[in-house]
Amino acid sequence: MTLISSSIGRKVAMALSGIFLVVFLTQHFSINLLSIFSKSLFNQVSHFMGNNPIVQFILQPILILGVLFHFTMGFILELQNSKSRSSKYSSYKGRANATWMSRNMILSGIVILSFLALHFYDFWVPEMNYKYVEVLPLDANRYYEELVHKFENPIRVGIYVLSFIFLSLHLLHGFASSFQSVGVNNKYSKTIKKIATGFSIIVPIGFVFIALFHHLK
Amino acid sequence: MNLTLKVWRQANKSAKGKIETYQIKEISPDMSFLEMMDVLNEQLMLEQIDPIAFDHDCREGICGMCSMFINGEAHGPDRLVTTCQLHMRKFKDGDTITIEPFRAKAFPVIKDLTVDRSSFDRVQQAGGFVSVNTSGNTQDANAIPIDKHDADKAFDAATCIGCGACVATCKNASAMLFVSAKVSQYALLPQGKVEATDRVLNMVKQMDEEGFGNCTNTGACEVECPKGISLENIARMNREYLFASLKG
Ligand code: HEM
Ligand code: SF4
Ligand code: FES
Repeated sequence: MTLISSSIGRKVAMALSGIFLVVFLTQHFSINLLSIFSKSLFNQVSHFMGNNPIVQFILQPILILGVLFHFTMGFILELQNSKSRSSKYSSYKGRANATWMSRNMILSGIVILSFLALHFYDFWVPEMNYKYVEVLPLDANRYYEELVHKFENPIRVGIYVLSFIFLSLHLLHGFASSFQSVGVNNKYSKTIKKIATGFSIIVPIGFVFIALFHHLK
Repeated sequence: MNLTLKVWRQANKSAKGKIETYQIKEISPDMSFLEMMDVLNEQLMLEQIDPIAFDHDCREGICGMCSMFINGEAHGPDRLVTTCQLHMRKFKDGDTITIEPFRAKAFPVIKDLTVDRSSFDRVQQAGGFVSVNTSGNTQDANAIPIDKHDADKAFDAATCIGCGACVATCKNASAMLFVSAKVSQYALLPQGKVEATDRVLNMVKQMDEEGFGNCTNTGACEVECPKGISLENIARMNREYLFASLKG
């Protein structure tokens, strides 16, 4: 139990849930990417993800728990950390020794969280409504149209782009940082850092590209 | 050099402190920061003002006492130095310098710039040692072969002087760099391995009880540490802690 009640335990839990979300992000990205190349393939994969019982009733709940855990823990950490210095510095030069990203994880996290709320409202709520509330007939070809429809509104696309900038900032610190948290800091760390930085820039740009692609098409 | 100094004044632990502004003239760029503070205190005493309390001892960068947060950075703008090794040539004539105590819940202010860092002592007492029998038949340390890489890393970790700059600098007031240096110093050596499990569990427990914050890997501690203690030590402590807590 010391593992979760201790500062290091929480740090490791934060890292593992973060890495889990990175894996999910990669999977989500790959599927979205299909929408650029092939309408029918995108529909097929989306239909599979939306109707496969393992995905729906095992992986999806795990993902929701993972997200809940990650941001709840993020808020708890932030709260505890703000208590560890009751009297504040009148002059504090944070940028002299740490990156903006590392000092503002809670800010980028809150932006991502707000986006997730919108995203749930946009895709997940209608999806649940379609499948389990109204129980509409299975239609393996509706996903692509739904996606394109969502990206018609320029305001939504704008919010989308902004959120992914913050996701990139979050990952620019978080991805490599999670290796340090689980105790990996060795001769491979420079390479890990490079790969993590590449991922943190390329994947959000990719998401933005897909959104703009459908918006402008 | 003529300078404007904004210094934190606080009469005692429970008093509410505030920043006071003092002017100081004709400071030599060759003076150390603490010598400048001495001159300021002489001046204050002549003016019948209570001199500023600040910690110092060796004045050569080895004791770790000289805790000052200068212009928003622990030990000031220079790298790999303590406040006593910081020289006035790092500043410009006419500069305004803000001087505050190291701030953290676990480092309460005693007076002005002096803070109580006994929380570090308690963390150290919780496991920062190797129990050796001093009965007269202690084994000669040199008789135990040690991998050169490990010996070097243990030595690097052992250069931590317990100054607390890492805590003062960290936005979370986390003590991970200090504690990990102490854990690593022993964990890397055969003499320290025997008690490694209990050491890391007990030291981290004490660290948490003292009210230090959680590490979020910003890396500020490593940059401000006067001894260049590496973040590698924190990763090592995380590993040690993980395995230790799985063990028992
Ligand atoms: C898809 C979404 C997200 C991904 C992929 C993600 C990923 C990560 C990763 C990899 C870390 C690093 C953990 C470590 O340094 O050990 C992290 C840290 C953090 N995340 Fe997220 N995160 C996401 C969403 C969120 C949300 C919604 C919040 C809500 C507030 C949040 C708050 C935080 C905070 C505060 C930290 C800093 C903790 C630390 O550095 O120890 N994250 N995240
Ligand atoms: S790790 Fe560095 S900054 Fe922290 S107490 Fe040791 S010497 Fe000081
Ligand atoms: S007075 Fe000893 S390190 Fe500065």
